[in-house]
Amino acid sequence: MKQKYWYDYLWIASVAYLLLGFFNILFAWLGLLCFFIPLLLAIFGKDKLYCNRYCGRGQLFSLLGGRFGLSRKRDVPYFLKTKAFRYGFLIFFFIMFFQMLWNTYLVFSGAQDLRQVVTLLWTFRLPWQWAYQVETVPLWVSQFAFGFYSVMLTSTVLGILTMVLFKPRSWCVYCPMGTMTQLICQVKHQEK
Amino acid sequence: MGKKRAVVDQRLCVACGCCVKVCPLQTIVVQQGLFAVVGDKCVGCGKCVKECPASVIQLEVSEP
Repeated sequence: MKQKYWYDYLWIASVAYLLLGFFNILFAWLGLLCFFIPLLLAIFGKDKLYCNRYCGRGQLFSLLGGRFGLSRKRDVPYFLKTKAFRYGFLIFFFIMFFQMLWNTYLVFSGAQDLRQVVTLLWTFRLPWQWAYQVETVPLWVSQFAFGFYSVMLTSTVLGILTMVLFKPRSWCVYCPMGTMTQLICQVKHQEK
Repeated sequence: MGKKRAVVDQRLCVACGCCVKVCPLQTIVVQQGLFAVVGDKCVGCGKCVKECPASVIQLEVSEP
């Protein structure tokens, strides 16, 4: 049995994040950590340390699919690991992300009302008004939280889906953050 | 029988590091965040082959 370190328990943070967003949507802002930490680590010479060590979501999939046996453990289809699909998915993710930022801006500017919904898989609007109690923060802050939580929940659901169908951490194959950090590493280590 | 050894298809490796976590000899590393590299100590146990989410690691037998 290998020695366990504190960072082997970051899957708890991943579960906690999803639960907290169920009770108060403002916790969704914490998800920005999962965006900035991997990028900063990659930019400042730590390469893919986030994926390799700290990614709580990866650990969660590994636990559910591995120890809990919720995965068929089959090979992912070939197209999923091609550059075309991975970059395509990254671009798609970016477009959806900017659309979410645009919605936040519309609420900020007053052109649109706050929508207390979590959009799953970019399509299904789930009612989520119970997680919205605070009216002390500006509306756009809450709108961003709803939008960001939608991104996180959607990617978790996709990850669970491919976890069940294929290997536990299939999400890692097409994870937009992973693709992005690998791209950063490619650029950084180009001149050799 | 030749020696077994894990071989990574580095073109398709996503550098997630799942193989690093399961390697009992800690002889596989992710190099520069680009791809996994198998070290000399590899005995071909196949744990990384099973774990790899992209299924880009295979066991190869070298001729003696």
